[in-house]
Amino acid sequence: MLRDITIGQFFPGQSSIHRLDPRVKIVITFVFIVIIFFVKSFIGYAMILAYMSLAVALSGVPVRYMLKGLKPLLFIIALTFFINIFFTSGERVIFKFWFLTLTREGLLQGIFMALRLIFLVAGTSLLTLTTSPIALTDGIEHLLQPLKVLRFPVHELAMMMTIALRFIPTLLEETDKIMKAQMARGADFESGNLFQRARALVPLLVPLFISAFRRADELAMAMESRCYRGGENRTRMKTLKTAGRDYIALAVSALLVLGILLNSYL
Amino acid sequence: MDLMIQVNDVHFDYLSHEGQEIAALNGVTLDVKKGEFIVIIGHNGSGKSTLAKHLNALLKPSKGIVYIKGMDTRDQDKLWDIRQTAGMVFQNPDNQIVATIVEEDVAFGPENLGLPPEEIRKRVDEALKTVGMDKYAHSAPHYLSGGQKQRVAIAGIIAMKPEIIVLDEPTAMLDPSGRREVIETIKYLNKHEGITVVHITHYMEEAVDADKVIVMEQGRIVLQGTPEDVFSKVEVLKEIGLDVPQVTELAYRLRAEGLDIPLNLLKVEEMVDAICQL
Repeated sequence: MLRDITIGQFFPGQSSIHRLDPRVKIVITFVFIVIIFFVKSFIGYAMILAYMSLAVALSGVPVRYMLKGLKPLLFIIALTFFINIFFTSGERVIFKFWFLTLTREGLLQGIFMALRLIFLVAGTSLLTLTTSPIALTDGIEHLLQPLKVLRFPVHELAMMMTIALRFIPTLLEETDKIMKAQMARGADFESGNLFQRARALVPLLVPLFISAFRRADELAMAMESRCYRGGENRTRMKTLKTAGRDYIALAVSALLVLGILLNSYL
Repeated sequence: MDLMIQVNDVHFDYLSHEGQEIAALNGVTLDVKKGEFIVIIGHNGSGKSTLAKHLNALLKPSKGIVYIKGMDTRDQDKLWDIRQTAGMVFQNPDNQIVATIVEEDVAFGPENLGLPPEEIRKRVDEALKTVGMDKYAHSAPHYLSGGQKQRVAIAGIIAMKPEIIVLDEPTAMLDPSGRREVIETIKYLNKHEGITVVHITHYMEEAVDADKVIVMEQGRIVLQGTPEDVFSKVEVLKEIGLDVPQVTELAYRLRAEGLDIPLNLLKVEEMVDAICQL
């Protein structure tokens, strides 16, 4: 069913990774993404692998679930791998074929780039797998708080994200309904060339847009009648609190950063 | 008794797409006492929804005054007090739920009032229990039935501790069992929590237990009184194209055939008694 699609693929659970403060998780993921680009040796990647394995094991997310997330990126990973292998200039030639030259440096570069991509995707998907969309939005709202000084609409952005998440299943269901209604009247969404198919979507998109605007109008009224007046003076039922495990997670991540920097620059 | 709602000769005009001035409300006067259960019935376009939006200060009268617990709805300083005093539930449950988790949505109103987190937690738990949705506190709204979603919407309003709840056709999009759930919840709130209820509907059956029924047509109140009074005016109701409850309809036809049956019957048991006494 269309309505079963969840954005970011949240994997519900109560593990210690799930219960980490979303702010801490977002910061750690960000640092993790950056530090991956500082890794220059297999020892460095071994550290990253150990760190990732620990996090995945603690989170209770099945490994095949993690691998499933990598599947759509297989092509890009393979492409990066081959481009780096053959287009990195180096001294020690392993073999030569027509215009392709495989060097030791190229091979290393290719493997590193592929690993880098894999860990990037795995790291970020672990964040979305263990953090509910609402916690993620909350975390982003808190982390962006300093931007308020620059008049950046932090609260509004977070509210928009919440509402978007809330309406994804509703609008998917509606799309499904309109599609069936149009098919019952003879609309054909499946045959024809690209142009014809795009044209066939018009009778789907027009009602969908009209209804989305009507929903927006009604929602705005309902929110106003519930005393919504923007972020000012608004409190939250669930306040974010950091606990012992958050400091442990930060300490372990700091160790990883230190290890990689030492390994790459000493 | 305290007057919760006073509507004094209210007119409301708006411009149509063609630029014509249309009168949605045409001199409506209405008083609602504390703890009353009022049902407003009428066709689409009779002005009943427009009237409802006036009670929450979503619309302001073009002429006349609306007082909610003595507060003038045109007073900008009182706007949030009015909206907190008179909560409003809308027709489409999907379009009034803001959050992705039931309890987060119920917390939305109290959060807007700026209450401390512990107080919000307490109110959310109480409100969900009151509407019987405490088991679903952590569910996603789109997995709930229409009746359940509408109960969540009601919980979201009562978590703000209003004294009045205005319901604008809350049952129009629900199946019969969902409708029953919602009606029972509304009656419970009125009887046990002492909340004044203004319920707008086009199902006549939902008006049978009201303290007062108001019939609207073309922006005016055409009939008002107890359900017995209003529904016994079968001809008037039929003339404006409204139905009457089935039992009243039966009484009306039996009378037309010459049987001596009173017209102010609303419930099956009353009809049984009346027929047995013939």
